Amino acid sequence: MLRQIEGSQAVAAAVAMCRPEVICAYPITPQTHIVEALGAKVKKGELNAEFLNVESEFAAMSVAIGASAAGARAYTATASQGLLYMSEAVYNAAGLGLPIVMTVANRAIGAPINIWNDHSDAMSQRDAGWIQLYAETSQEALDLHIQAFKIAEELANPVMVCMDGFLLTHASERADIPAQDQVDRFLPPYVPRQMLDPADPVSIGAMVGPEAFTEVRYLAQARMQQALEVIPSAAAGFSMAFGRSSGGLVRPYLTGDAEIIVVALGSVLGTVKDTVDELRAEGMRIGVLGITTFRPFPVLAVREALGTDSRLRRIVVLERALAPGTDGIVTADIRMALAASDGRPPRAPDALVSTVVAGLGGRAITRKSLRAMLADTVSGRLGPLTFLDLDTSLVSRELDRMRAARRSGPSAENMLRDLGITASRVS
Amino acid sequence: MPYQRIKFYQTGSFAAGNRLLSPELRSVQSLAQRSNTLTCGHRACQGCGEALGARYALDAVMRATKGKMIAVNATGCLEVFSTPFPETSWQVAWLHSLFGNAPAVASGVAAALRAKGRADIRVVGQGGDGGTVDIGMACLSGMFERGDDVLYICYDNQAYMNTGVQRSGATPPAARTATTPAVGEEPGNTFGQGKNVPLIAMAHEIPYVATATVADLRDLEYKAARAMDFRGARYLHILVPCPLGWGSAPADTIKVARLATESGLFPVFEAEDGEVVSATPIRHRVPVTDYLRTQARYAHLFRPAERTRIIARVQAAADRNIARFGLLESPDDSERVVPAPPARAHHAGGR
Amino acid sequence: MFQVRIHGRGGQGAVTTAELLAVAAFTEDKYAQAFPSFGSERMGAPVMSFCRIDDKPIRTREPVTEPDVLIIQDPTLLHQADLFAGLTGDGYLLINSAHTFAKLGLGEVAARHHRGRLLVVPATQLALTHLGRPLPGTALLGGFAALTGVISLDSVTRAIGERFTGNVAEGNVAAARAAFDFVQDERKALSDA
Repeated sequence: MLRQIEGSQAVAAAVAMCRPEVICAYPITPQTHIVEALGAKVKKGELNAEFLNVESEFAAMSVAIGASAAGARAYTATASQGLLYMSEAVYNAAGLGLPIVMTVANRAIGAPINIWNDHSDAMSQRDAGWIQLYAETSQEALDLHIQAFKIAEELANPVMVCMDGFLLTHASERADIPAQDQVDRFLPPYVPRQMLDPADPVSIGAMVGPEAFTEVRYLAQARMQQALEVIPSAAAGFSMAFGRSSGGLVRPYLTGDAEIIVVALGSVLGTVKDTVDELRAEGMRIGVLGITTFRPFPVLAVREALGTDSRLRRIVVLERALAPGTDGIVTADIRMALAASDGRPPRAPDALVSTVVAGLGGRAITRKSLRAMLADTVSGRLGPLTFLDLDTSLVSRELDRMRAARRSGPSAENMLRDLGITASRVS
Repeated sequence: MPYQRIKFYQTGSFAAGNRLLSPELRSVQSLAQRSNTLTCGHRACQGCGEALGARYALDAVMRATKGKMIAVNATGCLEVFSTPFPETSWQVAWLHSLFGNAPAVASGVAAALRAKGRADIRVVGQGGDGGTVDIGMACLSGMFERGDDVLYICYDNQAYMNTGVQRSGATPPAARTATTPAVGEEPGNTFGQGKNVPLIAMAHEIPYVATATVADLRDLEYKAARAMDFRGARYLHILVPCPLGWGSAPADTIKVARLATESGLFPVFEAEDGEVVSATPIRHRVPVTDYLRTQARYAHLFRPAERTRIIARVQAAADRNIARFGLLESPDDSERVVPAPPARAHHAGGR
Repeated sequence: MFQVRIHGRGGQGAVTTAELLAVAAFTEDKYAQAFPSFGSERMGAPVMSFCRIDDKPIRTREPVTEPDVLIIQDPTLLHQADLFAGLTGDGYLLINSAHTFAKLGLGEVAARHHRGRLLVVPATQLALTHLGRPLPGTALLGGFAALTGVISLDSVTRAIGERFTGNVAEGNVAAARAAFDFVQDERKALSDA
């Protein structure tokens, strides 16, 4: 049923229809609306599940681990600091092969503390062994949760559905909320691969020494390889069942004959596509590659999308996260995918790859800025790493302060004072 | 006629399984059909109190639940020595996740069982003092506060033994550990620190809290089974001497545990909804030095010179426990005593 | 695409106003996107919310920098810097106030814009009368419908009915209708003048 609905409410509706048996969460902006909505459904008897208000995100993932190991479909949600706090358990869940589904309402990681959107949280867990899916719209966010349970349970691997905090969680837009019977037909009850069962006891979570650790870990890689098949298959099945395309590995837009391709994840793709349409109308041959599945990284799909047309000259990777001390996170994976190795030729060897770090801590990514950045790309003025809309004078002033005195004070506060946001120093 | 003096405990509460007792009064450990939840072949040290305590406690729970139990284990000695890949000593559905999350994982298992309409299957979370008192405290408190239907058992050997005997929030004052060495003005662990988790559990007013030791098998079995009479969050804190970490003789584990209770340093009691309902009286009180002398972790209190001031402080703590829990009040009829069996004509022995 | 920017203070319902506007557009089979400005939302702090309305799917997610309509829920924000930033010459301006433009000190602003498109409506008063609470959002939406014609009063009524029930819904609908009438009269008076 079509509705005008807040992103969080749409996701809560979808998750509820997946019939989770145990929901556990700890509140953190901007995930709260999702969990509150689910809690209300449980309390009203609309959703038959156990809902635990846990004492921390670490507890949330731990409760999910116990529930999943006991054979229940388990769900939790978090963001930012909460994701980091549960990090030990995030790795544990993947290592144990438990098909937990978690929403990450992407939010920046402090310090400095910031409640607004960027991808640093999910990116920090990219090696944990979870499948990572990024939603472009509220519709895709709700669709991906339904697909996520199916993917997770088929692979016995946890799945993280990433949706931009505030931009998707707190925005109201049109979405088609499926019917319960549709979801039931697509997603059957969970049949565990391993289960704590007094009638058939097993020990789960043994210590594994050097003689077998590599092999057990290799299975994580094998599951990721398998995911590269299971994810498109789930998306195709979803399309047949629900009549719309969502999910999958990558989503190319006007890349066929493009000289410039912008690569991005998440909701910014909407703004990028509008910009690209304007530039196409002005004669620029430009396209967009949306990465929907970031883990496993869809190497073949990326090679296909970027390496088919030899006219491609520039690849601009728009990153909503920063890896201090190196170029770009997604950029590194793009380069890896395109690079040559034994028995595999390079793809797009003549294309220059640049990183544009944008939208950190919720800074808006505007069409105006994107256009200016793409103009720089065309004219060859875009270096390997650019911070979009960086206020260089603000930065210079702080660097000057730091050079002038050892006790230069907390940088963030100094810069906010320059911007006139905090009160003046009392002295 | 020759006679043999029979001490009370040979026919009473301390016998593991005594043919003088009728079968239904015998301990779980004396039964051939006990679960052996933690079966042999594990890699625990000689004389390990935790291996003993875990077997005692879980076999009793398995009997009380007729085998319908799932165990969740924190990282620590018990988890490590019981599951050396590719083997496991556990004859029960068993899950190990992390160091600090056993109570939360257990809560998750209990929630799953409820969701599936299988609340007849009971959940036990367990860990050492490190995983319970320190790194697991937040999860433990959360489990208590929510009243999740889990029995949590802490096997307290008073330090992080698995990683090489480092101090924990359960390490007693003056005890030597790798991170509280026996040097300086105040050798060993600092006075005035540490947490009393049974009291913390009581402050949460959960249905049942009890302490026990491996010295009194029947008491421990009783408490593990009693805990299963309740639904909601329950806590059992068991003192389990560690010969390696405490520097006591492996053969003395049970004796050392008994001295801990008889000196008053480890009070044995039960509480319901935050109020103490019973305390095991001290049968033969001993000065703390009798207990301290058995362990090398206290050797610095006696050699090269006796540290009388420190020992006095330890004694004062024991005295406080005795006063607080009334451990020297004379036992009354409500104490759990195994009744003497009726005289049987066909009994062998004693001719 | 029609872009609306709403200025208010935290606690006055500026976010709800944008959401209701989106629902109203949705009931007319239009695509709509509504979202708050993502600043620190404390009670009383200036906030903005945005709404885009279009006949085709809306993809962009940047804040509205070139609004076709500015709705000012709280006139104490009026002399804030950049409040009118981006409003086009043809743009509409709807201010929640009982005073005239001149009295509000907006003579200059009025001169720069299409006079028939800059209107005031005493939305807080109407809300107090019909709703008993100083929440001007729904009244402003009624005024918006009359001012721009982008959505109908019926759609506003439907959106109110989806969000609220009973007396609260009735009060909001009455406030919206009263504001609609007020703005219609105001426009008529201006075009007659």
